Amino acid sequence: MRNPDSTEHRPEGLATDVWRRFRRHPGAIAGLLVLSLLMLAIILAGLSPYDPETSDIPSRLQPPSWEHPMGTDPLGRDLLTRVLYGGRVSLLVGFMVVVISLVIGAPMGAVAGYFGGWIDNVLMRITDTVMTLPSLLVLILLSAILHEVEVPLFQRNSPMTIALAIGLLSWMTTARLVRASFLAIRERDFITAAHSVGASHSRIMIRHILPNVIGPITVQATLEMGYAIMGESGLSFLGFGIRPPTPSWGNLLSNAHQHLARHPWLAIFPGLMIFLIIISVSYIGDGLRDAFDPFKVLKQVGEI
Amino acid sequence: MCWGDGLAVPPHIHSIGGDVGRYVVRRSLQAIPMLLLISVVLFALVNIAPGGPLAGYGRSRRMKPQKAEMLKRQFGLDKPLPVQYVVWLIGNDWMRVDADGDGIAESYGTRKGILRGDFGFSFRTRRPVLGEIMDRLPNTVYLMSVTFAVVFILAIPIGMISAVRQYSFFDIAVTTFSFAGQAIPEFWLGLILILVFYTGLESPFTGQPFLPSGGMYTLEADFSLWDRIRHLILPVAAQALGWIAWYSRFLRSSMLDVIHQDYIRTARAKGLRERTVLSRHALKNALIPLVTMFAVDLPYLFTGAVFIEMVFSWPGMGRLYYQAALQRDYPMLMATLVITAGIIISSSLLADIAYAFLDPRIHYD
Repeated sequence: MRNPDSTEHRPEGLATDVWRRFRRHPGAIAGLLVLSLLMLAIILAGLSPYDPETSDIPSRLQPPSWEHPMGTDPLGRDLLTRVLYGGRVSLLVGFMVVVISLVIGAPMGAVAGYFGGWIDNVLMRITDTVMTLPSLLVLILLSAILHEVEVPLFQRNSPMTIALAIGLLSWMTTARLVRASFLAIRERDFITAAHSVGASHSRIMIRHILPNVIGPITVQATLEMGYAIMGESGLSFLGFGIRPPTPSWGNLLSNAHQHLARHPWLAIFPGLMIFLIIISVSYIGDGLRDAFDPFKVLKQVGEI
Repeated sequence: MCWGDGLAVPPHIHSIGGDVGRYVVRRSLQAIPMLLLISVVLFALVNIAPGGPLAGYGRSRRMKPQKAEMLKRQFGLDKPLPVQYVVWLIGNDWMRVDADGDGIAESYGTRKGILRGDFGFSFRTRRPVLGEIMDRLPNTVYLMSVTFAVVFILAIPIGMISAVRQYSFFDIAVTTFSFAGQAIPEFWLGLILILVFYTGLESPFTGQPFLPSGGMYTLEADFSLWDRIRHLILPVAAQALGWIAWYSRFLRSSMLDVIHQDYIRTARAKGLRERTVLSRHALKNALIPLVTMFAVDLPYLFTGAVFIEMVFSWPGMGRLYYQAALQRDYPMLMATLVITAGIIISSSLLADIAYAFLDPRIHYD
């Protein structure tokens, strides 16, 4: 028997459905627009006539003007160019963290939710424990250790290293979310049916349950990207992330701290970029949440 | 979950003593492996890395290999890692150690281990780590308590009004503000506040900056309450904004859940005034999830403390941690992390226990 309410859509059907509902959310559309513009500008940063790292002392600390829309920094470099190149770091880190937290969190949550029992207990205690760690403090410690030693794969000052460190500390919400969905869905009739025709555990998990969890995962991944960008800029602001001369929004702000009184534009623009990207991402996440209605599945089985 | 309308109390509440008691014990026992796991992970992080914990110690002067070897023996770093971990945990006053580093273990150790409150000496200041932390912890707690007093005083009414007048102009404004408020990084907000209130505005009376940009009080001045308050305004504002945005949104949805429940309709049907219904019946229950949320948020609070204390030169634990990290002062870093994790785990334990008492509907299995 097919349940008319079940989320059995063909792939393109789901996407159209989601997009139709997503469009009705004005904040989400505005967020998508702003994010696309920012990403476009960041991708095209190479077209700028200025170099992000070569100093030009005669034109140092100029206020915003036509030639330098965001002004110049203490070494005469064009701030707009540096901000756009900094955006590359932020977006790369944000994207990588999402990938890492999916790669760790999704299988962990799936196994815990599907098998339950002691496996669930052990995996969730580990998740809880990592969750209680104040992540920034651990990141600072990791960064201090990595700065001291030469470890293969962990190049200093590379966005990948930062992304890996942040990613290792941000998969927990994904794991919990996936677990809750698996826990709810594995009790449903179509899973019993799949078992009865001899489907293997891995097939049931990947082919039958996972498609139902796409919604919550997408929403969480979007929000996670915002947190990761915020985390990277915070870490770089403190001097434990990306270090100058490579620009990143965080280290641009930390540099601005010393010049706050006389050259405020140095502090205003990089922060504004962080703000714009985070607010766009959270509106998009909100729109996706409504569009996917991730709790529909859970409501159907009476979980909430 | 739902009990009969005629009953004032759910039937199982009479057995609450034994029930909650067992729950509290079980929940407390769960906290112990968590803390142990955290301590193992931290210890491994610091000690497995090439160079080991002494990397930060010898950095200031060039060290001869013999001297380094001697130091290693004195610190017990020549022993296998599990032994080092146990020593870090429970001390070495029960075993013979090589105090002068000549390769012969001749006397009992003096370390008591972190379980007995001995976190060792700071590489940076050569003072006991615990003493340094205890000097700074009260300053952080002071700033956080004021911040959270402000957060709850503002967020609770905002969230409540927003829920009661759902989709009104006020509600839409609050929702927009809550998105914006959570998107502003607190370190950037701190810089902007300094820009406006320290470098931008002047006080009309003294010609001095309107508000101080850092520190807890004016140095070399007598104690004055007004001076203390002036120094609190900017750091509290920078940290509070995001949390007000977050908690007002949280309380709004929690309140919306509650006001659609049957017992609120019953209260209205009894003829109670709307104010009474909302503040006595609805708000009380809407506040319960806040207890758990606050415990979940605690780790982020310590994160925020690092930024705020950095930007506003606040002499707290966050700044201490930052300085320790700059100089790779591993005993200090590990102690701060262990103590912070301990505070967080015990607070979430307390929150769960409080929850069990506040909400008699939940079951303990």
